Amino acid sequence: MSITLNAGYIPLVDAAPLIIAHELGFGEEEGLALNLHKAPSWSTLRDLLALGQIEAAHMLAPVPVATALGIGGMPVQLEALSVLSVNGNVIGVSPQLALRLREHGYRFDFKDATAAGRALIATKQRLRIGVPFPFSMHAELLFYWLNSLGLPAPQALVIRTVPPPLMAQAMANGEIDAFCVGEPWGSIAVENGVGELLLPGNAIWNFAPEKVLATRKGWADADPDLTGRLVRAVWRAGRWLGQSSNTTTAAEILSRTDYLGVSAEVIDRALSGRLVISARGGERKTPRFVEFFEGAATFPWKSQAAWIGGQIAARLGLDRDDAMRKAREVFRSDLHRQHLSRTTSDLPGASEKIEGSLSQKTAVASESGKLFLLPDQFFDGRIFDPTEST
Amino acid sequence: MSKKLSIIIVEKDRDRAMQIVDSLSLSGDYEISVIAEESGLARRVASLNPDIVLIDMTNPSRDTLEELAIASGPMERPVAMFVDQSDDTLTKAAIEAGVSAYVVDGMRADRLKPILDAAITRFHMFHRMRTELEATKQALEERKTLDRAKGILMKARGLSEDEAYALLRKAAMDQGKKVIDVAQALVTTAGLLS
Repeated sequence: MSITLNAGYIPLVDAAPLIIAHELGFGEEEGLALNLHKAPSWSTLRDLLALGQIEAAHMLAPVPVATALGIGGMPVQLEALSVLSVNGNVIGVSPQLALRLREHGYRFDFKDATAAGRALIATKQRLRIGVPFPFSMHAELLFYWLNSLGLPAPQALVIRTVPPPLMAQAMANGEIDAFCVGEPWGSIAVENGVGELLLPGNAIWNFAPEKVLATRKGWADADPDLTGRLVRAVWRAGRWLGQSSNTTTAAEILSRTDYLGVSAEVIDRALSGRLVISARGGERKTPRFVEFFEGAATFPWKSQAAWIGGQIAARLGLDRDDAMRKAREVFRSDLHRQHLSRTTSDLPGASEKIEGSLSQKTAVASESGKLFLLPDQFFDGRIFDPTEST
Repeated sequence: MSKKLSIIIVEKDRDRAMQIVDSLSLSGDYEISVIAEESGLARRVASLNPDIVLIDMTNPSRDTLEELAIASGPMERPVAMFVDQSDDTLTKAAIEAGVSAYVVDGMRADRLKPILDAAITRFHMFHRMRTELEATKQALEERKTLDRAKGILMKARGLSEDEAYALLRKAAMDQGKKVIDVAQALVTTAGLLS
């Protein structure tokens, strides 16, 4: 007899670990019947979770952090048991803006964040940029990137909140000049001829925690058995997704109307890291465009949470040290490690790292001693040491 | 006597919006405005400075309202109404009906309750109508497919309508499928062959 667990998601490629856990029986293996709910918006998903209508959710990494800082519309706190995906966003611009960027010498290599950012700033335009939610890696990466290049963000920008599936439409309506959005919705803008892709999110930060497996604060501690089943099922789904031989199958499953309702070919672009950047068909290879498993991708580093907390605090004028401390508590590396101890997982011995310090694949201390972490640099070479007080 | 509560309803469909306005007006004396245009929603809401914002939970533009949580202004810290967990039944009813409400921080529960009750009743009605409409549509679609499948069999095998249906049902039972799925497969295949 399996236990039913209600989990919610937003139709995005990076909802894959939950969808695959359900479809390929990784949940069943753990005696878990996953009942998946597609939510219309991030705020609705957060509220369903906070109010106990669902037990777990595919969630923007900064949302649980924001709840810990007491900001946003819902004072119920959330926490992250796993990272569901690393990277996976794209920054896109309108065809008009793309033309201007070319005039300013940008080559659309879909790689060089410095060149792309400088070209954007050189247009001297007050850019209207669409992001899916006020508390999202999309917003954080955008602001970090442009600030680092000397454009005060978000002050010098007009930020519009647009739900992912409506991003292409907002572009077509001329409401925004650029966007940062999760796949497949950037590629859909390309398909519709209303946008060109400028950069993948990982060009700004090589290893940015994108979505997390979120639960209500206290839920996981109160039910370790159920939590363990969930964390393991989702981890196994991530491992399956991490194998390149499975991308075609994954794209087919995600493309179903019940899930994303977008053609498998478009979904495959994100999964295989071959993005078509314009309607003229230019393709760019981006290895690890989205990562579900390699390099301990599922591990919720407390230092990742601290980075997010620090960025939000700096922007909203909150106490930065306090925010970083609260944020750390939200990423439950302890529970992640505990519940995966019965699997073949190899997890890092530490719970924090110096973010931005790895320029190449690096061996680190782990339970089995064979774990490699992947590059986690910021485009500007800055380093974030979570233990350093400001 | 405290001042009239101001309420904003975010709703594209004019008829629906008017029905909500009517229900609310029956439950009390409020200042009610409707916003139908979804672009620039947060700005519009902020400029009207309401006490309460009502929006359909299934409306994806709801996320836009979350900008209010970080914007500066009178509605600086609007809270989702579900926050009042002292009233669990009300919260549950609201979720089931699919209504979400943003409420200015510190509003008294007794002022909020009649408004929500009225909204919940109305949203429930919409929800039921939508479900019924979808169910009807699907039933019609299925009947159409079934009729076409029967027609194909009648022509190809010279059967009567009843015999054609019996054949479809038998095929479905043999394959452990639904009759409608077998009918659909037949219609698709026939389309390919013709």
